[in-house]
Amino acid sequence: MTVSLRIFFIGGLTAYRGLINWLSPWIFIPSLIVAPIFQILLFVYIGRTAGVGSDEFFVIGNAIQYASIPCIFSMTHAIAGERYQQTLAYILVSPAGRLPLFLGRALPVILNAMFVAAFSLLVAGLIMRIDVPLPTWPAIALVIFISTFSCTGLGLVTAAIGLRVRETAVLNNILFGLLLIFTGANVPLDELPGWMAAIGDRVPLTHGIEAARQVADGAGVGDVGGLLASEFAIGVVYTFVGYQLLRLMERESRKRASLQVA
Amino acid sequence: MSVVRILWAGWKFHVKSLTLSGFFLLTSVIQPIIFASVAYFMFRAGARPGTLLYVALGAGMMGIWSSTLFGSGGAIQWQRWQGTLEYCIAVPPPFLLVTIPLTLATATIGLYSLCATLLWGWLFFDVPFNLAHPIQFAIAVPATVIGLGMLGLVLASTFVLYRNANALSNLLEFPIWLATGLLVSLSFLPAWVGPISWVLAPTWGINALREAGIGGSAWVEIGMCLLLGLVYLVIGHFALKHFERLARERATLTLT
Repeated sequence: MTVSLRIFFIGGLTAYRGLINWLSPWIFIPSLIVAPIFQILLFVYIGRTAGVGSDEFFVIGNAIQYASIPCIFSMTHAIAGERYQQTLAYILVSPAGRLPLFLGRALPVILNAMFVAAFSLLVAGLIMRIDVPLPTWPAIALVIFISTFSCTGLGLVTAAIGLRVRETAVLNNILFGLLLIFTGANVPLDELPGWMAAIGDRVPLTHGIEAARQVADGAGVGDVGGLLASEFAIGVVYTFVGYQLLRLMERESRKRASLQVA
Repeated sequence: MSVVRILWAGWKFHVKSLTLSGFFLLTSVIQPIIFASVAYFMFRAGARPGTLLYVALGAGMMGIWSSTLFGSGGAIQWQRWQGTLEYCIAVPPPFLLVTIPLTLATATIGLYSLCATLLWGWLFFDVPFNLAHPIQFAIAVPATVIGLGMLGLVLASTFVLYRNANALSNLLEFPIWLATGLLVSLSFLPAWVGPISWVLAPTWGINALREAGIGGSAWVEIGMCLLLGLVYLVIGHFALKHFERLARERATLTLT
């Protein structure tokens, strides 16, 4: 038990620090501090130009949607990055339990994504003069936590795919773009065609974004309980699928001797 | 004549080379389509729908900027990583002539974006593709590519001083989309953004494409694109000279 906890917490943090070069302030600040704020501003002004939505709609939607960058990219790299470092074989040959080994890497990803989303929301909110009352912040923090957990589940899926395909950056960029459409961050789901709205209901962040908007408008945690439960359930499903996919890829890599093929 | 041959051969080579890159195809085709789709839905839902051709051209231009930014911003760094920078500098033609085709090619690759967003809009969003002034449009496109390509030269020669050029590119993607009014009316932005937008070729490029495509006269905008291109060329020339001198003095040409 102690060993599993050590692998989960210490191993996860060590792997995260070793593999994610974004932690350098020279990359972190432009990519994860400044860029999300400009994404938010871009969509706020597109919204004003098109005469659709309120500033608050775009600020909250994009702040939480941008968490998908650290969630998906970091999670993918925290596992698939081992292949590029030629260390994957050593990790997989170890007797370490796979559950703490893989999921432990998700924890720092979630914390980082939470920071990115909350900081973007705070700063863009101040710039655009969005009134998010101070007492609502604990509830928003909870919403952000559940949303980032859910999206990190999707990151686990892409991490597993990253054990087989080479262009993970391309794949992740596509997913980021699709989340921009399907999560309702910029276009309300009822404005999308039915099939797109149906997909939107089944991807991470959609329910979290909606919950955050309602909380900012004064709803309590209890009022958005259903949305949070849906978001959490989606996260559990993606995490389960991602974990199973990782095990499958591990078995296949052993079978085909393709473990270190980068 | 040899100058033209160097530019032509270099441009052809780099266009082919970039076309084989999955990352560039993504930046050039899929990403603009995604942003165009979001914008189409937003403008459809909005109280001021405007013309969807406005959106299609703006989203296409976003792709041209992205491919120029990421392609040119990391151009010299990539040559370093591939071990070809020494050869590019040691060959008899000036380094400027070796770099220009590359930065022009990155802007040219962005034309995939324009085609992709126009086709996407026509197929799925009923965006009409009736150009008001086809000849002006046909001139505005290469003028825009030249303007952005030369801006790429400035990026290439200055970003090289920053070790994490890719992060700098990430930083500059959204702000330029915003400040140059690709999908946003500049009248909504604070007044101080105006002068910034005037010195950026994408502003004039998109205005030229819109004037030629939707209605109006694009000649002033085309002229501004070419004029700015000339200014960027001068800046890029001196910046490249500075980089080359520093790299030779400090023996850092091959250091990654």
